Amino acid sequence: MTQPLLKVEDLRIALAGDGVTHNAVENVSFEIGRGEAFGLVGESGCGKSISALAVMGLLKRPLSVASGRIVLDGREIQDASPAEWRNLRGSKIGMIFQEPMTALNPLSPVGRQIAEMFVLHEGAGWTEAMDRAEEALRQVHVPSPERRIKDFPHQLSGGMRQRVMIAIALACGPDLLIADEPTTALDVTVQAEIIDLMRELCAAKGTAILMISHDLGLVANMCRRVAVMYAGRIVESRPADAIFATPSHPYTQGLVDSLPRLGERSRRGRQKLREITGVVPAISSYPSGCRFNPRCPAATEVCREVAPGISPLPDDGLVRCHHHG
Amino acid sequence: MADTLLTLDDVAVHFTVGSSLRGGLKTLRAVDGVTLEVRPGECLGLVGESGCGKSTLALTIMGLVAPSHGRVVLDGDDLGKRSRLETARLVQMVFQDPYASLNPRQTVRRTLADPLRLQGVDKAEVDERVMDMLAKVGLRREHADRYPHEFSGGQRQRIGIARALILRPKLVICDEPVSALDVSIRAQIINLLLELKDEMGLSYIMISHDLGVVEHMSDRVAVMYLGRIVEQGGWQEIFENPRHPYTRALIAAIPDPFNRVGITAKAKAKGEIPSALNMPSGCPFHPRCPLKADRCVAERPMLEAVSPAHYAACHFRDRID
Amino acid sequence: MKLPLKLPRLKGGTSLWVGGALVGLAITVAIAAPLIAHTDPVLDANLMNAEIPPDAEYWFGTDAQGRDIYSRIVYGSRISLTVGVVSQILNSLIGVTLGLTAGYWGGWWDDVVSGLTNLMLAIPSLVFALAIMAILGPGLVSLLVALGLTAWSYSCRVARAQVLSLKSQGYIQAARILGYGDLRIMFTQVLPNVLGPLIVIATLGMGSAILSEAALSFLGLGIRPPFPSWGSMLSEARDQITTAPWLSVFPGLAIFLTVLGLNLLGDGLRDILDPQSKTRRS
Repeated sequence: MTQPLLKVEDLRIALAGDGVTHNAVENVSFEIGRGEAFGLVGESGCGKSISALAVMGLLKRPLSVASGRIVLDGREIQDASPAEWRNLRGSKIGMIFQEPMTALNPLSPVGRQIAEMFVLHEGAGWTEAMDRAEEALRQVHVPSPERRIKDFPHQLSGGMRQRVMIAIALACGPDLLIADEPTTALDVTVQAEIIDLMRELCAAKGTAILMISHDLGLVANMCRRVAVMYAGRIVESRPADAIFATPSHPYTQGLVDSLPRLGERSRRGRQKLREITGVVPAISSYPSGCRFNPRCPAATEVCREVAPGISPLPDDGLVRCHHHG
Repeated sequence: MADTLLTLDDVAVHFTVGSSLRGGLKTLRAVDGVTLEVRPGECLGLVGESGCGKSTLALTIMGLVAPSHGRVVLDGDDLGKRSRLETARLVQMVFQDPYASLNPRQTVRRTLADPLRLQGVDKAEVDERVMDMLAKVGLRREHADRYPHEFSGGQRQRIGIARALILRPKLVICDEPVSALDVSIRAQIINLLLELKDEMGLSYIMISHDLGVVEHMSDRVAVMYLGRIVEQGGWQEIFENPRHPYTRALIAAIPDPFNRVGITAKAKAKGEIPSALNMPSGCPFHPRCPLKADRCVAERPMLEAVSPAHYAACHFRDRID
Repeated sequence: MKLPLKLPRLKGGTSLWVGGALVGLAITVAIAAPLIAHTDPVLDANLMNAEIPPDAEYWFGTDAQGRDIYSRIVYGSRISLTVGVVSQILNSLIGVTLGLTAGYWGGWWDDVVSGLTNLMLAIPSLVFALAIMAILGPGLVSLLVALGLTAWSYSCRVARAQVLSLKSQGYIQAARILGYGDLRIMFTQVLPNVLGPLIVIATLGMGSAILSEAALSFLGLGIRPPFPSWGSMLSEARDQITTAPWLSVFPGLAIFLTVLGLNLLGDGLRDILDPQSKTRRS
């Protein structure tokens, strides 16, 4: 199987404002192989979430896919009709969001919400679907699923709700699971469990993961490959361990160096943290040239004028910086 | 007394929840017997997950919630004996959300000047101190007359820090001061907090669930679980030689980018945090503990010394490896 | 999905502008009354001119005493607007003070205020006003008191709800920690942030106060003749509605347009001031 499961090519997402149209995301390309875990990392507003929404066909006005191709399993889907999208979501693509409470129907028991997937996408009858829903809850390690199946979302804790979301997302055995900040609203010990669960289930079923997060450490721990986005563009794309060991883009270097890492103080004493100066630019005021240039310690004349192209790095890595390659 | 700034002596905060008509009243033990000290110039890290009582504890230290039991002694005197204005000069707080923590209808100048005026500082000095404080947190003079919406999240947090320090308090409670900020901004704020601490001789209570930040900033660390302190000690002891299984689970839960096999099964906590309304018997951590034994269900472990300045509330504190 | 981009919004819309124009017209008329009225609204009675239909000289016709209806409506705007503004200031003061303190302090005070509010909502405010008027007797002052004490329940409820939602905001907590007193927090930290919806309620309330004045005057409990208020004019015109319809049509129209203007203005203001309705629109 040499063909990737998901291929995003030169994706551009437009944001329509009053008379002006901004590019919220541009030149975004990446590939995810079957069963591969891929991470998209960046700060709020960098375009990681809307890129994922584009892959799910969930972009809403004023956002829209302006150009580029999204190929899922050999089929171009960027122009699919709403009915085709509904069919794709659930059967081919599953998704989980940051706040499961808003993604679950508060008026319906969780078992029914899982069973609905089997009824809608596989034409199962309700009795059969409810049995399978119970089994799905057991698979996500919800204790006593035969009772939980009748619970409403508000009766469950945040971690349990996220487990239910995972059960719904994986119900029909999709090829791709899109997880947008799946553990950000959870406590750290619960986060660890949810991450383990996602890893375990996806490995067992051969499901690929597109993981969206602001937490570089979390993504690097979970995914084989990581792409870092800044201000609407992918600035670096590497195998996960390489991105921490030898970050190449100044922004990635800044991110890796600027966070206090556990154990660092024991090894080296308290060092002043390296700061990234300035602030994340707004979509309406993206700088010309390389978008990181106003904050970059290595910026030169060319960085301010010309948008950098992609340079290759070892191990299929890519970096978007004038000072590489 | 001279060498402690804040002493909590067996402090408990209990709330009555529920309705007497439906299901009856229950007691929520948000904070349940906490004894702590903060010394001048020290940063105490306070670690725990949601519902562990760290926020209630912060409000108690601030005098906003009265303890149901125990004493809070701040700068040599019982907290309850001071007026709001006096307490304000001693203890202040930096909030998590830089968006909700600034009044959208007030300029920066008014946010910083009003507290000084309330203390009776004269007008010329108010202006001087406002400008001085803006410079200290890295903002410019012309920022004084702007409104919060004109600032980025990082700048807002600088304003929040300026507000907390304008009365020159001795103790500042930092409640997750960077977790709502963009990742690339966090280092700026952490460095600023550490610089100001040295410059102004402040003590911090650093509340956070981010162990990396706590390790970086703290001199001593207290770990809370379900309203109680389960482990307390110098930062090195807590992070290099943790003696409570919960501390170990917290550390193990930090994703390690270089080790993709997952979390070591031995240290991992199982299941979810129980509600403080349904406190488990014995050791409150036992339902999730990988080391659970019969004794843990029956008998609640007390906070006892592992080494002179390191305490853990676990029956197996000496046997953990 | 948070985007670091502010999309400019349409401010107000038609209802704001139409409402503002109607209310602006009423205010202008009230201020400029001596300049634009043709005759004195009370003294220029002339039975020779009684009940003349609208014509070039008497734009809106004359009444049974031969007074110029146009001039009476012009002067009547002063009474109607005074009633609207003063009674709503009273209502807002009562409602906001009770609502802020009840929401902020909670406890038994909240129970008392909530109980009182529910009581006010359960009894139609006009019935309440009628009772007060019956005790105080007719006249402008008792009208203002009656209408100003009976319609505060809406602003009280809204103020209380807003305080409850703001109370946990960081800046309110910060103010307490900085040593602000409770009243200072309520009036400097909370009130400026809840003013929007309260202004809307007051604007809408002015419309209903003007209607209530008309109703009370119509019942003979409001402004006493010969002074012109739109309501009392309607009341006097009752018997001639078939023979001299202009007697009731023009005061009725004045009430209708002013109340419509206030309601449109209120709706328009809500769209600008209330963030929730803003998101509904976009």
